[in-house]
Amino acid sequence: MARAVVTVPARAKRGEIVEVKTLAQHPMETGFRRTQTGELIPRDIIRRFTCTYNGTEVYRVELHPAMSANPLIAFSTIATETGTLAFQWAGDNGYSVTETASISVE
Amino acid sequence: MTTRREFLLLATALAVPTAAKAQLDPNLAQKRKAAFQEALRRIVGDAPVRKGRVKLQLPPLIDNGNSVPLSVSVGSPMTDADHVRAIHVLTEKNPLPDVVSVHLGPRAGRASLATRVRLADTQSVTAIARMSDGSFWSDSSEVVVTLSACLEEGLI
Repeated sequence: MARAVVTVPARAKRGEIVEVKTLAQHPMETGFRRTQTGELIPRDIIRRFTCTYNGTEVYRVELHPAMSANPLIAFSTIATETGTLAFQWAGDNGYSVTETASISVE
Repeated sequence: MTTRREFLLLATALAVPTAAKAQLDPNLAQKRKAAFQEALRRIVGDAPVRKGRVKLQLPPLIDNGNSVPLSVSVGSPMTDADHVRAIHVLTEKNPLPDVVSVHLGPRAGRASLATRVRLADTQSVTAIARMSDGSFWSDSSEVVVTLSACLEEGLI
């Protein structure tokens, strides 16, 4: 399975508001759970998600341990011009995943 | 008359639950409340927070607190002059009050967020939106959680 999945409409009208759905594969370990021997499992989460549209940041999210495993982030953006939406997830232990989607605007 | 044997049995039965309770932090509820207030202050400062404009949607009864669908939408024209700058979601009784913070602008088109969160307990969840004019608006939702997420000591 891919480490991240994004859903963006392939084409849209200029000025239309489009829905974007993103899903990253990550356990989002909270740092509050313990093993059977009582040791704390260290925190391992995604800290930050950014979406840029042709280089302009349109949506940025700060994630905390209270986000579910495999965090889903769905939002919207205005289709301004044909181009690329770039998504980046960054987190603990050097976690970094990027994904892109192209959109053609008429 | 109570014999010595009966007395000892009774005393042990009484002592056991007391010992179990003593392991819990008696100030936990207060600490959580203080953490929530601190998180709120960090976001809004001294500015007043008004009810309205924000719509927080959560199922009222949650079977599994590990994955709760949550959506926030804010009524705003999302123009350059009047838009939503940020949306924050806070909880009262999770081990950490912060859940998620979103930074956005007019390019988002609509001020909305849909995600899935963890909820540790039956509690109230709050969403706060910061507008471009610096005002804060909020909405709260009471939820009942039957299976809690992130079970840790002190949280029963």
